[in-house]
Amino acid sequence: MACVDGNEAAARIAHLASDVCTIYPITPASTMGELVDTWSAAGRTNLWGNVPTVVQMQSETGAAGALHGALQKGTLATTFTASQGLLLMLPNMFKIAGELTPAVIHVAARAIATHALSIFGDHSDVMAARSTGWAMLSASSVQQAQDFAAVAHAATLRSRVPFVHFFDGFRTSHEVSKIELLDEDALRALIRPSDILDHRARGLTPASPVLRGSSQNPDVFFQSREASNLAYAAVPSIVQQVFDELAERTGRGYHLVDYHGSPDADRVIIVMGSAFGAAREAIDLLRSRGERVGAVVVRLYRPFPAEELIAAIPASVASIAVLDRAKEPGAAAEPLHLDVSLAVAERWALQHPKRPLPRIIGGRYGLASKEFTPAHVAAIFDELRRPSPRPRFTVGIIDDVTHLSLREDPEFTVPTTASQSVFFGMGSDGTVGANKQSIAIIGESTDLWAQGTFVYDSKKSGSITVSHLRFGPDPIESTYLITEADFVACHQFGLLERIPVLDIARSGATVLLNSPYPAEEVWDHLPAEVQAQVIDKQLQVWTVDATEIARSVGLGGRINTVMQPCFFALSGVMPRQQAIDLIKVHVEKTYARRGRAVIERNFAAIDRSLVAMSQVTVPERVTSSVHRMPDLPLAAPAFVREVIGPMLQGAGDRLPVSAMPIDGTFPTGTAKWEKRSIAQEIPIWDPSLCIDCGKCTIACPHAAIRMKAYPPQALADAPDALKHKAYGGNDLPEGTRLTIQVAPDDCTGCGICVDVCPARSKTQARHKAIDLMPADEHRASERVAFDAFLGLPEVDRSAIRHDTVKGSQLLQPLFEFSGACAGCGETPYLKLLTQLFGDRMVVANATGCSSIYGGNLPTTPWTTNAAGRGPAWSNSLFEDNAEFGLGLRLGADAQRDEARRLLEELAAEVGRDLAAELLDAPKPADEPGMARQHARIAELRARLDALGSPQSRRLASLADALAPVSVWIVGGDGWAYDIGFGGLDHVLSSGRDVNVLVLDTEVYSNTGGQASKATPRGASAKFAIKGKGTGKKDLGLLAQAYGDVYVAQIAIGANQTQALRAMQEAAAHDGPSLVIAYSTCIAHGIEMSTSMTHQKSAVASGYWPLYRYHPSPEAGSHPFSLDSKKPTIPLHEFQQHETRFAALERSDPQRARALEALAQADVDERWHHYEQLAGMERSTPAQAPAVDAIEVPEVTEAGSS
Amino acid sequence: MTQLRSRYLGMDLRTPLVASPSPRTGHLDDLLILDDCGIGAVVLPSLFEEEIEAEAMTLHLRLEHGAGTSAEADDYFAEMEFDHLGLDRHLQLVADASSRLQAPVIASINGTTVSGWVSYARDLVSAGAAAIELNMYAVALDPAADALQVESQYAELVRRVRAAVDVPIAVKLSPYFTSLAHFARQAVDAGADGLTLFNRFYQPDLDLVTRDVTPALDLSHPGELRLPLRWIAILRPQLPATSLALTSGVQQGTDVAKGLLAGADVVMTTAELLRQGPARARGIIDELSAWMAEHEYESVDQLRGSVAAHTSADPAAFERAQYQRVLRSWVR
Repeated sequence: MACVDGNEAAARIAHLASDVCTIYPITPASTMGELVDTWSAAGRTNLWGNVPTVVQMQSETGAAGALHGALQKGTLATTFTASQGLLLMLPNMFKIAGELTPAVIHVAARAIATHALSIFGDHSDVMAARSTGWAMLSASSVQQAQDFAAVAHAATLRSRVPFVHFFDGFRTSHEVSKIELLDEDALRALIRPSDILDHRARGLTPASPVLRGSSQNPDVFFQSREASNLAYAAVPSIVQQVFDELAERTGRGYHLVDYHGSPDADRVIIVMGSAFGAAREAIDLLRSRGERVGAVVVRLYRPFPAEELIAAIPASVASIAVLDRAKEPGAAAEPLHLDVSLAVAERWALQHPKRPLPRIIGGRYGLASKEFTPAHVAAIFDELRRPSPRPRFTVGIIDDVTHLSLREDPEFTVPTTASQSVFFGMGSDGTVGANKQSIAIIGESTDLWAQGTFVYDSKKSGSITVSHLRFGPDPIESTYLITEADFVACHQFGLLERIPVLDIARSGATVLLNSPYPAEEVWDHLPAEVQAQVIDKQLQVWTVDATEIARSVGLGGRINTVMQPCFFALSGVMPRQQAIDLIKVHVEKTYARRGRAVIERNFAAIDRSLVAMSQVTVPERVTSSVHRMPDLPLAAPAFVREVIGPMLQGAGDRLPVSAMPIDGTFPTGTAKWEKRSIAQEIPIWDPSLCIDCGKCTIACPHAAIRMKAYPPQALADAPDALKHKAYGGNDLPEGTRLTIQVAPDDCTGCGICVDVCPARSKTQARHKAIDLMPADEHRASERVAFDAFLGLPEVDRSAIRHDTVKGSQLLQPLFEFSGACAGCGETPYLKLLTQLFGDRMVVANATGCSSIYGGNLPTTPWTTNAAGRGPAWSNSLFEDNAEFGLGLRLGADAQRDEARRLLEELAAEVGRDLAAELLDAPKPADEPGMARQHARIAELRARLDALGSPQSRRLASLADALAPVSVWIVGGDGWAYDIGFGGLDHVLSSGRDVNVLVLDTEVYSNTGGQASKATPRGASAKFAIKGKGTGKKDLGLLAQAYGDVYVAQIAIGANQTQALRAMQEAAAHDGPSLVIAYSTCIAHGIEMSTSMTHQKSAVASGYWPLYRYHPSPEAGSHPFSLDSKKPTIPLHEFQQHETRFAALERSDPQRARALEALAQADVDERWHHYEQLAGMERSTPAQAPAVDAIEVPEVTEAGSS
Repeated sequence: MTQLRSRYLGMDLRTPLVASPSPRTGHLDDLLILDDCGIGAVVLPSLFEEEIEAEAMTLHLRLEHGAGTSAEADDYFAEMEFDHLGLDRHLQLVADASSRLQAPVIASINGTTVSGWVSYARDLVSAGAAAIELNMYAVALDPAADALQVESQYAELVRRVRAAVDVPIAVKLSPYFTSLAHFARQAVDAGADGLTLFNRFYQPDLDLVTRDVTPALDLSHPGELRLPLRWIAILRPQLPATSLALTSGVQQGTDVAKGLLAGADVVMTTAELLRQGPARARGIIDELSAWMAEHEYESVDQLRGSVAAHTSADPAAFERAQYQRVLRSWVR
């Protein structure tokens, strides 16, 4: 027995059964690629003693292509993917199937991006692949994710038909569950050597050459396509045969289609995947109440086993509901529904000649991991009982628009023998890790069954995690979250004020709080709402100061080893001492390779935990004057209050369909309404020391430190809490005041502002112009000050310089309060962009960290100014962002051209002077010019309104296009260097006026730190565990090769002015521009409070040279400007502070040193090269005229004239 | 032929020159050069418990940073096996040096906890260390702890380590004991086989531009020889059975000779090897040999302690405050 999640269950089999794995990260399948890579790196072998070759590709397209090639060579190959990744594999999947090539793709099934991206689970990806000719095997549980992986690998070799093995993303891929591991002998017995030899014999070899992949003409293509029919016909029986062989060895029997329920059922539902778990539980309860119900689960979806399906459905059935976890707009029905309907239509009379044809209805459920519970199943059976059930329905949502949704009975809950525990924690506090460990302890050390599921919000800083743990004497098939917990732990006391933690506690439940207060004081600090629930539900409350214990033993904020023993002690799952001993065993096992200190400090935390835990005496009545944080202020827009608000409060599931925009369009400027108050310490400004440099505000990743300069009159009604000082500059009128202000509820407390502040007190060196101080002591007054600050006027943008740090920081940021990691190295660039160009920019954002902190609901940091102008933002895909951005440019240009043409036509009517001025459009970086142009457009609109002609209305609709739009194509290195490189290259070659900002963290940050082609030599990363052996791609140099592309490499923490200048030059460049921005990241393993100052070492060591390549048509130009000084420190001095390098030194020092030497050579060589570039003359020829403006020379018979 | 052999901590050494802890003795390549040059023994860089723990914890906490935060990323680093953390690296050095050098390898420790001193001493001995040097120095910050308490704690540490390992132990002393001779005796009574005089410490400096406190440790200069020289001379007759090592300010063979004359069993050098490279050891030994030959000393045994407190022509010279004489020498 072992406790693993679905990804690991499948990946273990895949690694054992493959010679080659081609991988690429995508949620929720990334873990499978990571695991096989880790195992191969550690020398783990497959069934035949080979260490499988694991190769990361640049995209899923690449992974599928390499898979195809490996298969054609006759090796056993596999890959892992989900969602968009599977879509990118489709072309190769058709090929692989068409060539009858044994292969397996393991899919953690996930929603496909439509109106929005979703990382969560449903079947829309696998359904999009159902026409590829791959067999499709659907696992419903973690156990089956393992078993069916084995069956897929065996059956594909026997049938020659490639297999998609899929299981539900997150629900199964990330559920940790106790399963029986398939031993290697059992797997070896399923995968027959003769099948492997046959496959190998078909591989391409010069010794026996063949041609495969021909082009065929109409004469034979069709017949060829039909030639493989028999192979498909054989698949169902082959799969059943393998199922049977598996059953013989393990006792776990499966069929192509399985049924659970009354033998004489009158109502049946048909499902695939994890939904079967919830269905079984509901059916058992309903049957106990006398209902005749049942459920069919389809395990082999392609080839569709129609005969077995009809055989599995009781002949007694009167009505059937087919459930699809996918939506196919416009289709007659969803895929499984159609398949079942056709099967029944064709086969029912044959197989049940005496029974009437059952009624079949179909419904959608569970899109993007929407919960699917026994109550939903009961609601479907209720619907089936109606004389005229709805032919199409949805379940799990409230559809008040098309009224398709079924209403479930919230009281319908299934009794369980399992103990149910829910833990509320915050990211990085160790809660999730500890709970995974607890499952392993319970599952592997007792006879109990155990299951864990983990829910996260979408923030990268201060994120809330909720762990759902079940353990009990019976196998756990509850494929849905806990709704009534016997035990609730709140690992962060502050959450009690923010979210309704105790809603989930059942009456009499045990509650464990990590509280800074002793048992006798904790009651007084609980919000009144929490006190009321404790009293009403008669909860048993225990408290422990885990934070203090963890801190005192040197574990920082990781409280897991304090809370975990308390959980075991209170839950009574096993004797206390046994639990303590087992926790220690697991700690030792987990951290064995991390040093004695790590183990000893965790042991110390464990030993102190139970001693420090005590029960809270609960008074009889509510006494608290503290209340849960209020709902959104009335000042919030209606949409924010009515739609965003419920999402923020965790009630998004209850929003009806009518609340949702029909096309995925949401307002910007919503992050400011989400007050998370996550910082323990916030920066407090001392105006007496401040030198107005703006370094704190330019470095702040969250726009939580703001600077404003304003006339003294603005202070007339200002509260005392608002601090200010004389503005130190002569560009604004005398008497101008300046304030630097923290947004106390939006700051993450990362400390970067303090780290970069250069102004120290003369009398106390530790005291800077900005210091971190306890948030509790300052938040109230800073809230008052921040409110007043927001009311201060913004500076006149035309009155100040934008090319200085200070000047730029007086501009209003239109990117604020993102949920990015505390200390994020990406967001300062985006914020600065919006300060410079926010009211005139359109952003194409590649999928990745920036699309998550930028566009993951409930809120977005992209916002507007007082005039309502601001960045317009969209995310298309991961791979196409450059092309998408180019499209925005093309659209903007087309609109501009049409507007100009119409304006010329209407010049006489709107006024020739105004038209002439409007046609002489400014550049986006021309601040006064832009202000004047916007004013002219307003005037034009007024005049057009007065005209009222069709032509004038047409121009009015395009008037905004007369002001230039700055198109910014933003994304990370995974996009720019890997998956989107081809498109980026093409766009850079287009000559079009687009600006590309690459937020280069040198790793796939969003999916957890996998190597990209931006990863430097010697850094260890996932997929490059032993340190990346090859150097980083020089993207800037490649772009420079075009000659007309503006290219800059910047590091805002090292040289703010150069970064500023590069952004301005890029925006001003009338052609493509590429700005590569060094972005520190938690995946580098640095002290994030020094995220900005650390960049100085990157530059000083030559690791990240700063430069600008500014194309010029002037003869004798020196376009390449090397902006950083010759390296002054060795590379080692920079790298030794980063875990990505230091970890390799401590894992494989010999290789680390060898790679470091090569990396130093890279630095030296690159610097030498750049120095030469800086000395080179190069002029870019003037742009070619448009094609239609080129005169085509006459062609004579003798040739061109 | 001059006989350079000496005995230190019960070990027979080829020469009385010992390489004291420095970055040089942390590299096997340099150690091998020192060995080739005829170094008597090497003392490896101190295993600092605080550093070992800080390294492990920093690595651990950074690897865990962000773990369990996001649905998309369980964590941000690949699972690796860290077989070369500070302790592993250090023990590997001890093992490699012990197996490849002719000269005895002495391991040095600076602990922060009693269990740390003891367990790391055991680890070092298991790895092959021929002797242990206790780099016994902590900044006494507690105004409530008097000198006696601090000294008792030091002595207790010596006793605990003595009980834990069966190789010779040397205690590296600070020069700042109020009653150095008393503590030296205490250390020996607690089980020290030898004393090393004196420790030099990290001394924080201030950066006048940034006003930051910056770490600093300057290399010793020749004048620093005189403090340990005096104390070696004083302690030699007091602790006749105890090995004494002189360190600080040793740059040439004549400095070694001075140390031996004062009563040291071995003389240690660091700065000179750092400045000139490990091969400089041969030069120092040759200079000592030449000086001994010139002065017709046949052996180190003959030389050792011949100008100590009890054997010098002017024993009081070591004992009194000598400023008067120094001043006289200025006006001469």
